[in-house]
Formats: sequence, C-alpha cells, structure tokens
Amino acid sequence: MSDTHAQTVPFVRDTMLPAAPPPTRESGAVKWLRENLFSGAVNTVLTILGILIIWFLVATFWDWFAHSVWNASSLTECRQIIAATWGENARGACFAVIRERWNQYVFGFYPQTLYWRPTMAFGLLMVALAPVLFSASLIIRRVVLAITTLATLLCMMVLGAPVGWLVFAALVLAGGLLASERNIAWLLPFSLIYPLLGVWFLWGGSLWGPIFVLVGPLLGWLAWRLLAGISPLLATVGAILVTVLFWLLLAGDAAQSAQAVLPLSIEAVRSDRFGGFLLSITIGVAGIALSLPLGIVLALARRSDMFLIKSLAVIFIEFIRGVPLITLLFVASLLLNYFLPPGTSFDIILRVIIMVTLFAAAYMAEVIRGGLAALPKGQYEAADALGLDYWKAQRLIVLPQALKISIPGIVSTFIGMFKDTTLVTFVGLYDPLKSMSDAVRANIEWKGIYWEPFIFVGAIFFLICFGMSRYSMYLERRLQRDHR
Amino acid sequence: MNEPINRQIDRSQMTISDEVAIDIRNMNKWYGSFHVLRDIDLTVHRGERIVIAGPSGSGKSTLIRCINRLEEHQAGHIVVDGVELSSDIKNIDKVRSEVGMVFQHFNLFPHLTVLENCTLAPIWVRKVPRKQAEATAMRFLEKVKIPEQADKYPGQLSGGQQQRVAIARSLCMQPRIMLFDEPTSALDPEMIKEVLDTMIELAEEGMTMICVTHEMGFAQAVANRVIFMDQGQIVEQNNPTDFFNNPKSERTKLFLSQILGH
Ligand SMILES: Nc1ncnc2c1ncn2[C@@H]1O[C@H](COP(=O)(O)OP(=O)(O)OP(=O)(O)O)[C@@H](O)[C@H]1O
Ligand SMILES: [Mg+2]
Repeated sequence: MSDTHAQTVPFVRDTMLPAAPPPTRESGAVKWLRENLFSGAVNTVLTILGILIIWFLVATFWDWFAHSVWNASSLTECRQIIAATWGENARGACFAVIRERWNQYVFGFYPQTLYWRPTMAFGLLMVALAPVLFSASLIIRRVVLAITTLATLLCMMVLGAPVGWLVFAALVLAGGLLASERNIAWLLPFSLIYPLLGVWFLWGGSLWGPIFVLVGPLLGWLAWRLLAGISPLLATVGAILVTVLFWLLLAGDAAQSAQAVLPLSIEAVRSDRFGGFLLSITIGVAGIALSLPLGIVLALARRSDMFLIKSLAVIFIEFIRGVPLITLLFVASLLLNYFLPPGTSFDIILRVIIMVTLFAAAYMAEVIRGGLAALPKGQYEAADALGLDYWKAQRLIVLPQALKISIPGIVSTFIGMFKDTTLVTFVGLYDPLKSMSDAVRANIEWKGIYWEPFIFVGAIFFLICFGMSRYSMYLERRLQRDHR
Repeated sequence: MNEPINRQIDRSQMTISDEVAIDIRNMNKWYGSFHVLRDIDLTVHRGERIVIAGPSGSGKSTLIRCINRLEEHQAGHIVVDGVELSSDIKNIDKVRSEVGMVFQHFNLFPHLTVLENCTLAPIWVRKVPRKQAEATAMRFLEKVKIPEQADKYPGQLSGGQQQRVAIARSLCMQPRIMLFDEPTSALDPEMIKEVLDTMIELAEEGMTMICVTHEMGFAQAVANRVIFMDQGQIVEQNNPTDFFNNPKSERTKLFLSQILGH
C-alpha cells in the first residue's frame, strides 16, 4: 500500500463489490476445548474438578449397572445370579423386577385382557393432539403419526385386542395420517370429541354416558344461538346454565334409558384398578388440557376492570397457591364426601383431576398474567382503534402474543404438575413411584428391592418431562418472529 | 425536518363539504385531578385536513384519542359522524369502525404478517369474506407502495414501511375519518418523506384527516386549517398561510420561532 492515509485521499468507487458469502466459522475440536473448557486458570480448575466428580460417580455406580440382571423371577434369584457370575461380593442391579412387573408399572391393576384399551386410547390421543401440537410441520406430523400408527397397532395386536377394535383403531389412525397429509384442520372435530372417547376407552361402560355428556354443550350452543340476539351476556349465562342443568338433571337418566333400549357398552373398569403410568398420564393429560384454558380465564379475570371478577380471581389464585397440593388432594378424598349429598359416588380420579387442575391453573394464571403484562399498551390501543371488541382483541391480538411469551413458564407448570401426579399416593391411588413400588415389594419375591424401580420410574418421568421441555423449545423457535 | 414539500399537490378533489364530520363541544378531560383538556370546541367538516401543533404535553394526543374514545372525556360532547360518544359500547364500536388511527409507534401486530394485519379487522369486525378482504388489502398495500412485503412480518420491515402498513391497515376498514398521532416522529428523515407522501395522496383523495405533527412543511402544503394547542386549550386556529406568516398569539409566535428555528 502507499503511505497516504485512505481518508485523506479523495475516493470514488467505480466498481461495486459483489456480495460475498459470510466467512465459515472457525472450528475444530481443539479450539472448542480451549475456548470453552480451558480458557483461563479458574475455568481449567473447574473443568478438572468436574471431570473428577464425573469419574467418581461413574466409578461408584458402574459395577452396579454393569452387573445388572434382567432375567430372574425374584430378588433372591437375582442375587444368586450376580454372585455366581461376578463373585460373592459383587454388587449388581436387578432390573429383572421391571421385566417381570412392567405391566403393573404401566397399567396398574387394569384387567390384563383389556390392556389394549388404554394403549388404543393413548395412540388415538396422539392423533387428537396432532392438529394442536404439530399443526405447522408436515414432516414432524408425518413422523409422529406414522410411528404412532405402527406402535399402536402392533401393541394392540400383541396385547390381544379384538379384531373389530383393531380395525377401528386402524381406520382412525389412517384417517389421521390422511388428514395430516391433506389438511390437518380436518382432525379438529376428532380432537374435540376425543376427551369423551378417551374417557370411554379407559373406564368403559355404556357409550351413552359420553354421548349424553356431549349433548349438554350442544343444547347449550342452541340456547346461545337463541339468546345471542337479545344479549351476549345473557346468551353465555343461558348456555352454561342449560349445559350444566342438563348434565345434572337429565344426562344420567337419559343415558340409562338409551342403554336399556339399545345397549352399547364395553366392559367397565373401576377407578381403583387404575395405577402406574396409566394413572399418572391420565391425570397429567387431563390436568394439562383443563388447566391451560382455566389459567387463561383466571389471568384475564385478574386483569379485568370489574372489581368483583378481579377480586374473585385474586382470592382463588392466592388461596390455591398458598396451600400445598397434598392439602387439596386430602380435601378431594376426604372432605368432599361431607359436602356431597349422601349416596353420590363421585369418582376419586375425577376429584383428583379437578384438584390438580385447580392447582396448576392458579400457577398458570400467574405465568400468563406475566405474558399479558409484557405486551405493549399500543397493541391494545391498535386493537381498540380498529374496532375489535374485548374478546376478539384478546383472542386475536393479545393472547397469541402473551401465550407465546409465556411458553417456557407454561411448560414448566405442566412439567411440575405431571411430576406432582405422584402425590396421589397420599389419597390411596397407585402412583408409579411410591404406591406401585410398595405394591411390588409387597410380594415375597421382590421384597427389599428399592433402587431399580425408582430408577426405572424416574427415567420414564425424565423422558416425558424432557420431551415436553424439548417441545416447548421447538415451539418457541417456531413462533420466533422479529419482535420489536 | 421541516423542509417544504416539493411536489405538486393535486387539489381537484380536496373539497370541503358542509357536512359535519366531527363536532366537539365544550369538551373537558381530567387525568385524576389534572385538567388535561379544557373547554375544547372544534367542528370538523368532511374533507377537512387539520393539523394540530403545540408543545409537548399540551394535550394534542389526548384530544385526538378522545375522538375514537381511546380516552374518555368527562364533560362536554363529542359527536362523530352523527354518533355521540358516551359509555355506550355500541356507539363506541360504530365510531371506531368509521375512524382510522395511525400511531407514532405504528403498533402493528408483530405475530401477524403484513397482509394479516390488514385483513384482520375487516374480517372480524366488518365480516368481509377473507378473499375479498385480501384483495382490498392488496389494493391498499399497492397504494402505499409495498405490495411485495405482504407476506413478511412487521419486524422485518423498516420503520417507514411499517408506518405505511399501519396506514394501509387503517384504510382497509374504509374509514371516513383518519387520525394521525405524530406518524413521522419515530422515523429517520429519509423515511419521513415516504410516509408524508402517502398522507398527501390520502389528502388528495379527499379524506377527512386530523394530524398531530410537527411537519410544518406538510401543514403548509396540505392542511386547510392549523390548530395550535397549549396547556390543554386551543390557543389559535387559522389557515396555514396566516398561521405561519401572521400568528396572532404570543404563545404561537414563540412556538413557531422554536420549531422553525428563526
Ligand atoms: N394516562 C395518563 N395519565 C396521567 N396523565 C397523562 C396521561 N397521559 C397523558 N398525561 C398527561 O397529559 C398531558 C397531555 O398529554 P398528551 O400526550 O396529550 O400530550 P401531547 O400534546 O401529545 O404531547 P407530545 O407532543 O409529547 O406527544 C401531559 O402533561 C401528560 O403528562
Ligand atoms: Mg403526543
């Protein structure tokens, strides 16, 4: 170069530079190691310390894992095998208990011949969730639904499902795959009725029960249509009233009469036969599905201008957050009986679901309120200025943005709630962690086995919760727009 | 900032009719005990282009926000297109769907594409079929000269483009009155021009407009009336020529000397 400063020389560019690709990032394992693990004295010491801790953990537990036994019919047999193979003093895990008792961990005391029913319910749940969870990506949908279809049908066959139901499941799953390829919105009606279907598959009994439950909202909708012209508020109240009154007064009798005329039922399974992950997932899925809408309503109520509604929301949220979940579960199992009219049988799982939902909804409401508060005032003003009414503004402008902001918090609440389903052990239900393991240990063959069931159950919980967490990250990335 | 608008303005359709678009009588507003608007009287005829100027905090924004009831007034009357603004929700909705508003900070919906921003209100408020709403939206996006950005998200646009989308979004509701609250004051100088050009075109088509702005070039070129506000009151109003060359009140003179820098 010449010795003149560039700035001092008049300069006119006569050729424009073509766009060049960005430089590829410098890479290399050594460089990465140096930058991330050994960048300074402190970092180096920490890295070495970390390696030592990991080494210590592995050294301690490696033997135990390496010496695990998967084939034995009792703990004593396990120990004999370990002693025979690795010497008298060897320690080893006895995962044979999982191999032998997996069905109890998965299905509880559900009748063995009916295992296919929860399996089908779970498979169809994935179909029902597809338009909600995987609406954006055809590829993900295709993979998830294909795996679901294969796994569900295979499991149902292995578990001895009747041919009729196999065909039914195959049809629904195929319909799901087809809709996923064509237009995922076709599945929404199925998603809407799935809760009733799922309940019916799990508990069995007469199909007329769920059908008449469904009739309630339909009548409510009719009432709403009739009253909507007069006043929207009246219409809403009327619709809710009609629905609830129908459920309380008519649905039960109507279902019984219909059943008498045209019996449509499958074998009923009582709630006390539920247990293990079947119970956890049932409560967890119901709790998740119900607590999100309730949480949204509570959050909106808490930000409302109407004093009464706001106060009710605040009292509810603060009360529920102020007591431990176990208290609510005890209320569900013991106290409710005092308040209910004698002779009413109010299903214990349903009661637990209600309590878990209320509990999660209170936390959810606060998480969503945070999201609502984070929205700039200008968004509300723009919605108002365009003439959108309160509900439309909330639904189209406010909630999509607020919920997006709140995704990490919402999913945390879901994960917390799912793990809390193990607390149902305190009201006598067979959660997979404590009650189920106790039940397994109550057999003379497996008396004294502790670690292995906990590790197994813990691992499954981890997989599910980690899955939820990954999904939330995927969703956040998908919804990433350049906010300003 | 205040260079004169150097383009020929087509005044053929800028006609002011006798029909009253907005009638504000004796309007007062308080924020708590702070008397922010005092005895405002203002009649706007259809086709008028009014520029409101005044020092910061004088109540300009509050005044135009009262017109579509983003703010509530406590005394006096505001009648927009024959509809009196009161706490009656039906009236408020009616007025809001007739009055478009453009904000200083655009307030586009960041989670919707430009096209969705424009079709949202027509579809949900006016119940226009989606196809038709999209066609209308494209027409207005062409008018503000950004049809090619229709599928982008607001965050991907420049400030000037965002503000033009905001104008298109308002126009899609086919309003009869447009309110502008400092539409250019969050923009870089080169973007100001593109937004002002859009506003000028709107004026040329005979839109009734009320603009809060410090763009005195725009006021001189387009406005038929300039209103000067201070301390919550209308201090002076006049046609732009007399307003700028021959201000009556001392406050106006002071303000003009500050803003025009002489
Ligand atoms: N929500 C509010 N609560 C209380 N005071 C307010 C509120 N909004 C505005 N004010 C006050 O009302 C006065 C008028 O505000 P306004 O925003 O109308 O002024 P402006 O003329 O638009 O000013 P600017 O040129 O800075 O935008 C100001 O003194 C402001 O502090
Ligand atoms: Mg202002």
